[in-house]
Amino acid sequence: MDGIAPGIPHRVAIERNPNSYEIPAVRIFIPDLPRMKGKRPTANFGILTVMPSADSRPLIEFRDVSYRVAGTDVLSGFNLEVQSGETVVLLGRSGSGKTSTLKLINRLLSPTSGEVRVKGVPTTQSDVIRLRRGIGYVIQDVGLFPHFTVERNISLVPRIEGWSIERIRARVRELMQMVGLPPEMLSRYPHQLSGGQRQRVGVARALAADPEILLMDEPFGALDPLTRDDLQREFLALQKRLRKTVVFVTHDLREAVRLASRIALMEAGQLVAVLSPDEFLRSDNPWAAAYVRAFGDGLESGRNRGTP
Amino acid sequence: MNVLHFIQQNWDQVVELTLEHLWLVGLSTLLACLIGIPLGVAIARRKGLSRPVLGGANIIQTIPSLALFGFLLPVPWLGTSADRLAILALTLYALLPIIRNTYTGIRGVDPAVVEAARGMGMTESQILFQVELPLALSVILSGVRTAVVIAVGLATIAAAIGAGGLGEFIFRGLAMVDNRVILAGAIPAALLALLADFGVGRLEKSLRPR
Repeated sequence: MDGIAPGIPHRVAIERNPNSYEIPAVRIFIPDLPRMKGKRPTANFGILTVMPSADSRPLIEFRDVSYRVAGTDVLSGFNLEVQSGETVVLLGRSGSGKTSTLKLINRLLSPTSGEVRVKGVPTTQSDVIRLRRGIGYVIQDVGLFPHFTVERNISLVPRIEGWSIERIRARVRELMQMVGLPPEMLSRYPHQLSGGQRQRVGVARALAADPEILLMDEPFGALDPLTRDDLQREFLALQKRLRKTVVFVTHDLREAVRLASRIALMEAGQLVAVLSPDEFLRSDNPWAAAYVRAFGDGLESGRNRGTP
Repeated sequence: MNVLHFIQQNWDQVVELTLEHLWLVGLSTLLACLIGIPLGVAIARRKGLSRPVLGGANIIQTIPSLALFGFLLPVPWLGTSADRLAILALTLYALLPIIRNTYTGIRGVDPAVVEAARGMGMTESQILFQVELPLALSVILSGVRTAVVIAVGLATIAAAIGAGGLGEFIFRGLAMVDNRVILAGAIPAALLALLADFGVGRLEKSLRPR
């Protein structure tokens, strides 16, 4: 560990599990830690955990949320807290309510009952336009504006937010570099790009106004495996640097294990387990185990097929 | 004496009537756009409205044009000016293709694109003006193109109520049983229709989203 983070401890908390005689964990909250560039905001020194103080409150909270359409429950009794800086992957089969969960965060959908809080404020009580501009949104392939150049696509939110032209231009260059696209692509249209390039533009566009939260709905789903692998690797590198709070939807367990801080497993509109990737792979939760088996079997049968 | 000769001899009048014709068509198409495009947008938003509005425009379209001119003649303020009356009637006829194509164009925009726009925090009017209308523009323009061609043809009938235009030659020729005079009105009218069709078509092509 490269030294203790500078800054004045804001709050010291001692966490003790009443059912165990273990030495309690000590958490030191340091107020300006999230702003430290290139450093992980959470450092672990065995029993000593240093955490940014803002994290004491979850950035996104689902409180007993249900969402119903035409009499069918898309989501029911949904509770989930997403902490600042973590990547929560919503994993589940098609129709399990992953995308609806995501859309409840930026209020493309509103809960039928319960509430979704972003930064402590229920989404139904916040200014929806402000809320959405503070949340980056990446969806599969088609979300780019076909009649805009790459530059206009990326600069959309800064433009409607009324940034100055110079500031927008500088930000666009920075973003292009960040997602690994050459500047000569700025004048191209989406249909002139490959699937991988389009998705990079999508990520750049979502990051444009530097939102705290990033929602990603199967962003790499339509890509070939090699491009997907590249983009996943770059996502991890980017996330290490930017530490956004990410909610990521996928049905691919491998992707989930690779990218997630925590995996939220969904089935038929309900949250069945929230586990770290390691826990998930070892879990005896029947749904999680079924997932691991499905992916494990896939690999083995592939291997078996190699030997006639 | 052939047609060309006749046109040459009456060149000044041909030009004057063509300009009158253009004025009738241009103004009525413009009015139809100003009414039809917002109406098309409105019915694309509220699906319940689409049936009565499109139905109404359809019914107008089925009224024989000469009859429509006749119906409007006794209307107080309108009946006093043939131009006014002709422009109103032509506007009514031009409405249907413009409303229908605006409606189709807006509904044809990929819903994922609109949802992305909404998810990024664009306001409803930003979505309309920066995303939906630009993406629907070529479809809307092809409606305008149809409307212009219809208007060029119908405007010839406006001469029957004294609104001028190339129809004057046609009606005069009919009365005189002189094909040259009829053609002196019909040929420029046909050329106008082709030209308008070509012009708006070019515009439409250049604005088509790639």
